[in-house]
Amino acid sequence: MSLQEREDDFEARGAGLRELADEELHARFWSLVDQVVEPLIEEARTHTSPSIERSVLLRMGFSSVEAAALVKLMEEGGVLGHGAGRLVLELSRKKGISVREAGTALQEGKYWEDLPL
Amino acid sequence: MKLSPDEKLDIREILKDLDRYRPRRKGWTWRTPVENQQIGPFVYKDTSASLEQSMPLPAAAAYFQGIDPQCDFVITTEIASGRFEDDLRRMRMAAWHGADHIMVIRTTGQSHIDGLIEGTPEGVGGVPITRKQIRASRKALDAIEDEVGRPINFHSYVSGVAGPEIAVLFAEEGVNGAHQDPQYNVLYRDINMHRSFVDAAESKKVMADAGILQLDGAHNANATAKEAWKVTPELFVQHAVNTAYSRTAGMPAELIALSTVPPTSPPAPKLRLDVPYAVALRELFRGYRFRAQQNTRYMESDTREATVAHVLDTLISRLTSADIQSTITPDEGRNIPWHYNNVAGVNTARQTLAGIDGLGELVEWKEDGPLRAQVRELKERAVLFLEEIVEGGGYYAAVAAGQFVDQGHYPERKGDGIAREPEGGDRAGTVIARKADYGAPVCSHFGDSVYAEAEGKPCETYGGCTLCDPSKIQYIDELDGEDTVETRLERTLAERAQGLVRPEVEKHGDGIVCVTLFVPESQALAGAAALEMARHMGLKDPEIINAQVMHPAEGSLFEIKGVLDIAIDTGQLTLESKEALLSDAEIESWVRPREIRIVAATVGEDEHSVGLHEILDIKHGGIEKYGFRCHDLGTSVPIARVLDKAEEFHAGAVLVSTIVTHGDVHKKLMRDLDKMADGRGLRKQLVLVAGGAQVTDELARECGMDAGFGRGTSGRDVASYLVRKMREGESG
Repeated sequence: MSLQEREDDFEARGAGLRELADEELHARFWSLVDQVVEPLIEEARTHTSPSIERSVLLRMGFSSVEAAALVKLMEEGGVLGHGAGRLVLELSRKKGISVREAGTALQEGKYWEDLPL
Repeated sequence: MKLSPDEKLDIREILKDLDRYRPRRKGWTWRTPVENQQIGPFVYKDTSASLEQSMPLPAAAAYFQGIDPQCDFVITTEIASGRFEDDLRRMRMAAWHGADHIMVIRTTGQSHIDGLIEGTPEGVGGVPITRKQIRASRKALDAIEDEVGRPINFHSYVSGVAGPEIAVLFAEEGVNGAHQDPQYNVLYRDINMHRSFVDAAESKKVMADAGILQLDGAHNANATAKEAWKVTPELFVQHAVNTAYSRTAGMPAELIALSTVPPTSPPAPKLRLDVPYAVALRELFRGYRFRAQQNTRYMESDTREATVAHVLDTLISRLTSADIQSTITPDEGRNIPWHYNNVAGVNTARQTLAGIDGLGELVEWKEDGPLRAQVRELKERAVLFLEEIVEGGGYYAAVAAGQFVDQGHYPERKGDGIAREPEGGDRAGTVIARKADYGAPVCSHFGDSVYAEAEGKPCETYGGCTLCDPSKIQYIDELDGEDTVETRLERTLAERAQGLVRPEVEKHGDGIVCVTLFVPESQALAGAAALEMARHMGLKDPEIINAQVMHPAEGSLFEIKGVLDIAIDTGQLTLESKEALLSDAEIESWVRPREIRIVAATVGEDEHSVGLHEILDIKHGGIEKYGFRCHDLGTSVPIARVLDKAEEFHAGAVLVSTIVTHGDVHKKLMRDLDKMADGRGLRKQLVLVAGGAQVTDELARECGMDAGFGRGTSGRDVASYLVRKMREGESG
């Protein structure tokens, strides 16, 4: 639903701003922006996405093809909320294998029951 | 890899050993300003360190000792050929004209690809951004920046549904700048807003740690609005949302650049509308960087009109401030930019900024004029826009209500904004809540993670992530065996190896040419006639790319593009060998002490005197200025008299002008002069030179002269020749 049409009511709507000094107006601008941004950044702090998880696996030394395959499997398995990187790292520790070996094993369908969920 | 100015980029050399290539630096580089810089005869106020090699502006070579002052703004050019191997040559040409920010446009549709692309497939309207493409481009730019002597910033886009992965790729591969703005995804790509913002925080964190300069996407609201000057209150809001979001995600102010465009173009009263907006923006966003873009909203197919608008945009940058001056190719209104128009766009900025150097010492704003009130009003409108977002329940609700990209001048509303559903769009429902034990054991990660609390780097336990240990990066060369740069090069390089060459504007040897025609007919007839003429010139698929009516009945001007489907064998070409001219100083230092006398005349029955005056007279830049003592005998002078005077004055050279050619009289006169001089025993001591509209050097020599000069000859051409010839005589 779009906003309805509205005449330019700037004079009336902005009456309360007129007495603000320029610096006060700037402060008001930025404080409103912070209010707008705050819930957005909070969502980012507490959520993740397939792309973020693939980007974590890339940083852990997986190729784009491997990262895509692993994240897809974890998404389908409903375990992505634990963090793809954490799952691979903790599996490698538990099994005493390298991070890449842990990732490859998961791609081959191995060790899923050993994931620290 | 070292480049030589007389050799083409060797693409195969660039592609060699890419699996082992590492970028030589990370992060953005600004130009190095130089105060009160003496360059040639001038002192510049707003310039930076000069280049070691470049192509100066055309007038510089002719009149200003070849100087090439480089402004203090970084200059951007946008590259979009579809094939990255062709992009590389375009980058090199642009760098030689002063571009040091190369922005590579992505292929259509990459925004919606959920993951990274690998290899070098061909793109549309840009290239697929891949690791191989980035490495090859960065490796080429390393060599190009060494060639011109200034760091070059490489830039692309961290947007779409794979932002975090692309950000990591860019950080690993040393990309220097990137667009990142989740609002762009939401408004223009209809990508789910939760996904866009959640991804953006991670992307921004990665970019910040890699020193990648961020550009935002607010300028797109200008480009899509019908009346772009009315969306300015919203632009402040879009800039601010992305800026505040970036700061919270960990990006420092010096890496945040606002992408801002003067919204209008003539015939709108551009400065009166655009300057208050530009001033208000710089006041509200003090401490951030400004990337000044040129206007694309009101571009039509006339490149001259676009260029004037872009000059005014650049003037506004200098009048207000900018850190980066982006350039738009003047042909963007009619086609995907041609490579030589990248150079044209860069030169528009370079020429303008050289011309208005030091403007700040001449002008300042009239603080008691209308400007102050207009600036204030814009800021208030922006604050009201934000108040409505907050009152309406926040950003997502505002987008859902169509508050953005409405054509009304806020708070006026036309009800035509872009409305998006928070739970809709591409990749809706793909954001996942982090569990309490969520972890991401890597550097540059944003948000809650069990590894964030631990001491040291989160990647220490397994020996480091790719950002700490690049040897762990997994390089994929190609995934598709067919659509690769190597396959494409087999075709293009084969022709080059045979010495064949075709014209081009976009891709190697695409054969496209552009011809300009004026047709003295009414518009409808003229267009059809122009296309027919182009076909007769042998152009395939001719298409009018610009038409301008000069007068409804008198005629129209057309620019027509078509394909010239022929390859020229360069081995069969004969080149006219043209000796470089001696410098003025060298000529004068040889001539003046010798007091060389010259006898000159227009010979035969010929009353033309202008051409000879151009060559002789000091006021026309003629040879007198070097110290030649010239005796001009005037017009219609018989050959015998010319030689009488040459003997009398002990002349070193005779210059004859012969304009009339009826019955080949000019040839006869030259032959007579040669024969008669020989008969009198003067030939060896006299240099005989003929000039005239129909004279060529070849013809004059056939007729017994030592040299001939035709149209467009200057005094320096003749003097340079005479000195060389006489020096030979002295030494021989």
